[in-house]
Amino acid sequence: MTTTLERPVPAAASAPARGGSTLSGTGSLIRFILRRDRVRLSVWTGSLVLFYAYFTAALGIMGETEGALQARGALMETPSGIVMGGPGYGVENYTVGAAIANEGTVWVVLALALMSILHVVRHTRAEEETGRSELVRAAPVGRHAPAVAAVVTLVLVNAVIAGVSALAMTGVGGAEEMPLADSLGMTVGAGLSAMVFGAIALVFCQLVESGRGASGRSVAVFGLAFAVEVAGNLREVPGGSALSWFSPIAWAQQTRAFVDLRWWPMALSVVTIVVLLVAASMLASRRDFGGGMIATRAGRPDARDSLQSPLALAWIQQRGALRWSALGLGAMWLASGTLVPEIGTMIGDLIADNPAMQGIFGEDTTRFEAAFLGAIMLYGALCAAAYAIVMGLRPKAEETTGRAELALSTPVSRGRWLGAQLLVAGVGTVVLLAVSVYALWAGAVSVDMTEPGLGTYTEVLLGYIPAVLIYLGLTAALFAWIPRATAAGWALLAYTFVIGMFGGLIEDLPEAAHWISPFYWVPEAFVADFDAGSFVGLSAVAAALLVLAFVGFRRRDLQTV
Amino acid sequence: MNSTPAIEIHDLDKSFGAVKALDGLDLAVAHGQVAGFLGPNGAGKSTAIRVLLGLLRKDAGNVRVLDGDPWSDAVALHRRLAYVPGDVSLWPNLSGGEAIDYLARLRGKVDKRRKSELLERFELDPTKKARTYSKGNRQKVALVSAFMSDVDLLVLDEPTSGLDPLMEAVFMEYVREAKERGTSVLLSSHILSEVEKVCDTVTIIRQGRAVESGTLDELRHLTRSSVTTVVAGDPAALSGLDGVHDVATVPTDEGNRVTFDVDDARIGGVLAALTAMDVRSFTAAPPSLEELFMRHYGEDVTGDAAGSDGGTDGEPDRSGGRARTRSKAGA
Repeated sequence: MTTTLERPVPAAASAPARGGSTLSGTGSLIRFILRRDRVRLSVWTGSLVLFYAYFTAALGIMGETEGALQARGALMETPSGIVMGGPGYGVENYTVGAAIANEGTVWVVLALALMSILHVVRHTRAEEETGRSELVRAAPVGRHAPAVAAVVTLVLVNAVIAGVSALAMTGVGGAEEMPLADSLGMTVGAGLSAMVFGAIALVFCQLVESGRGASGRSVAVFGLAFAVEVAGNLREVPGGSALSWFSPIAWAQQTRAFVDLRWWPMALSVVTIVVLLVAASMLASRRDFGGGMIATRAGRPDARDSLQSPLALAWIQQRGALRWSALGLGAMWLASGTLVPEIGTMIGDLIADNPAMQGIFGEDTTRFEAAFLGAIMLYGALCAAAYAIVMGLRPKAEETTGRAELALSTPVSRGRWLGAQLLVAGVGTVVLLAVSVYALWAGAVSVDMTEPGLGTYTEVLLGYIPAVLIYLGLTAALFAWIPRATAAGWALLAYTFVIGMFGGLIEDLPEAAHWISPFYWVPEAFVADFDAGSFVGLSAVAAALLVLAFVGFRRRDLQTV
Repeated sequence: MNSTPAIEIHDLDKSFGAVKALDGLDLAVAHGQVAGFLGPNGAGKSTAIRVLLGLLRKDAGNVRVLDGDPWSDAVALHRRLAYVPGDVSLWPNLSGGEAIDYLARLRGKVDKRRKSELLERFELDPTKKARTYSKGNRQKVALVSAFMSDVDLLVLDEPTSGLDPLMEAVFMEYVREAKERGTSVLLSSHILSEVEKVCDTVTIIRQGRAVESGTLDELRHLTRSSVTTVVAGDPAALSGLDGVHDVATVPTDEGNRVTFDVDDARIGGVLAALTAMDVRSFTAAPPSLEELFMRHYGEDVTGDAAGSDGGTDGEPDRSGGRARTRSKAGA
C-alpha cells in the first residue's frame, strides 16, 4: 500500500504546470504529519506496547499459582466474562497467551480504533474545518494527498505498534509460552481491525462537515460493532456464533492467537479497509473542499425560552458529557457488579485448595468480596474525580477562547458566571458518582448478591461525595489564582491513584504521604462504617477551596489570548 | 442633555509583568458622541477597552464609565452598554440565533422585530451552528446582539475586521443610527477611513499612550499637504523654509519638478516663495488624516521596540502601510 503512494513529487520549480496528480505532495505531507504528531504517536505506541508487556507479565505471575489461570478461564465462560473479554478460545486450557488474546484483544482494538479514528479525522476533516488545509491545498498538493498521507501514516504507526508489541510479548513471556508468530497474529489482527474503523472515519470525513461529527459517528460505529461482537459471542461459547463475524472486532479475536492460530480472518479486515478507502476516494472526488455529503443539521433560529442565564448555558454545555459519562460508566460498573460474586467464589475455591493463599487472604470469602467491591469503588470514585477535574477546567476553556469575555461584558457578575459552571459541574459529579455506586449495586443484585445492602452502598456514596468534590474545588481554586497550574488537579488525582493502589505495599511510607490524598480520609468502602467526622472535614476542605476560587476569580484580570 | 462623559480615562497605567501595555493613557468620549480609537496592533486599544469593561484591573489612574467605576460597578454598568470584541468566539453547540438571544437576554429584553431586521441587513443565517461560522459571521452575531440592545454606550473593538465592504457600510449605518438615538460609541480600529466616516472625535494611541486626540477638523489642521510643482527657477530655497519637508527635485524639459510636504499652517509662506520661482504647474493633495496616521505609525520605530508590546507587526514600512490603508479606504 505504502509503495504505490510514494509518487515522486514535482521537484523543480520548472516542472510543467500540468504535471502532478491528485496525489502530488503526499510524501511531504507524510513527513509533515510524522513531524507534527511525533509526540502524540510516540505516546500511543509506548502506551500500547506497555499494555501488552504489562498484561503478559501480570498474567505470567498469576500463572505461577496453581489453578489460578484455570479459575480465570472458568470466569471467562460466564456472560460477564464474555462481555468484558472475548469469545473464549482456549478457556479449557487457559495459558497466559490464551488469556491475553481472549481478554485483551477487545481493549487493544478499542484503543487502536480510537487512535485511528482521531488520527484520520485530525489530518483530514479537522484540518479542512479549521482552514489550515486550505493553505496546504493551495500549494502543489493533490486533492487526495492529505487523506492518503493520513492513511499511510496510520498504517505506519499501526505496523510499528504491532511489531514492537509482538516482540515485547514474546520477550516478556518467553518464546516457549508466547511464540512470536502468535504474538504477531494477535497484534497485527488487532491493528487491522482497528484500521477498519480508521477507514470508516475517512468515509465519514467525506460525508459530514465537522470533524466532531465524523469522529462521533465513527465511535458510534465502534459501539455498534462492540454490541454485535458481544451478542454474537454470547450465543455460542466458546468461539462465538455466526453473528460475531459481522463485527470487525471479532475478526481480530478469530485469529485464535496462542490457541490455534489462523491468519485468514485478517483478510476480512484488509478487504473491508480497501473497499472503504475506495469508497472514500470516490466520495472525495465528488465533493467540494470543505463541503460534505450530508448537510449539517440546522440549529434553532431563536434560543429556547429557558436559555436566560449562565446556569442554563452551563447545563447545555455540560449535559452531553454528563449523559455519556453516566451511560458509559454506569454500564461498566453494572457489569463489574455482576462479576463480584463469581470472583468471590473463584477466590474461595483457590483458597480452599491452597493453604498458602489462606495465609494471604484469610478464609472468610465475604471479606474478600467486600475488599473487591471497595477496589471497584476506588476506581469509580477516581473516574468521578476525573470528571470533576474536566468540568472544573471548563471555565478556563471559556476564558482562553474569549467566550468568558463576551459573557462578562453583559450584566453578569464574575461570581454568578463561575458559580453557574461550578454548580453544574458539582451536581454532575455527584450524579455520576451516584450512578456509578447504584449501578454497581444493581449489577450485584442482578446476580443475587444481596449483601451488602442498598443502605451500605448509600453510605459509601455519601462518604465519597465530599472527597470527589475536593478535586473540583482544587481545580477551580487553581483556575482562580494560578491558571497556569490547573494541571495540578490531575497530579493530585494521579497521586491518589498511586497511593490508593500501592500505598499499602510500600513499607515505611510516612503517614503524612497518605494525608495528601483526599480518599485516605474516606472510610474504607464496604468495610468501615460511615463517619460523620470525615464527611464534615472533607466537605469543609471542598467548601474552602470553592470559596477560595470565588474570591480569587473576582479579583484577578481576565486572561484572553 | 446629559453632559456627563460616557467614558473618561485619565493617566491610566496597566502592565502585564514587565510589559507596559498602557502608559498614562488619556481618553474621553463625550455623551452622545462617536469616538474613534485608532492605533496599530498591540498599541493597547484592547487592553484599554478591557479595563473599561472591568475585565482587567487598572494599575493606576482614573477610569469612569457612564459615571461609574468599571471594576466595582461592572454589573450595573453592563446593563447600559454592549460590547463587540475584535475576535468573537462563540459557544460551539449554540446556533448563531441562540447566541444572539442569549447575549441580548442577559442585557435585557429581546426585540424580535429588531432582531429579524438586523439579521436581514447583515445577511446572517441564524440557524447555523457557531462552529461553522467564519470570522466575519461570528462578528455579525456579536454586532446583531449589540445593536439589538437598547443601551447608552456601545464599545466596539475593531468590529469590522472580518466584514466585507458591503457589510461595513451596513455597520456604519447602524453606528449612525445609534448616534441619532443618543448612544455614545467607542469605536476602536486600525483602519483610518472607517473612523473618518463616522467619528466625531479621534484619539490615536501608540505604545499605550494617546499621541493625538481631538475632533477631525482639529486633527486635519495638524496634517501636511503634498505638493507637486514644476518651476523654471532654482527651487533650492524651498528646503530652507519653515514647515517644508522631504523636498525632492527632478529636472525635466519644462523645468524642475519638485515634490514636498508642507505643514498646512505654513502654506502661505511657501506659495510666496514659489511665485518668485516662476511656477509652471502646481498641484496640492488635500490634507488627509492618513498622513497624520502614517506619521504616528511610521516614525520613531527605531529605538523603542522594547517599549512596544509586540507591536512591530503593526508598524510596517511606510509604503506597505500606506498601500494597505489606501486600499481599505478605497474599498
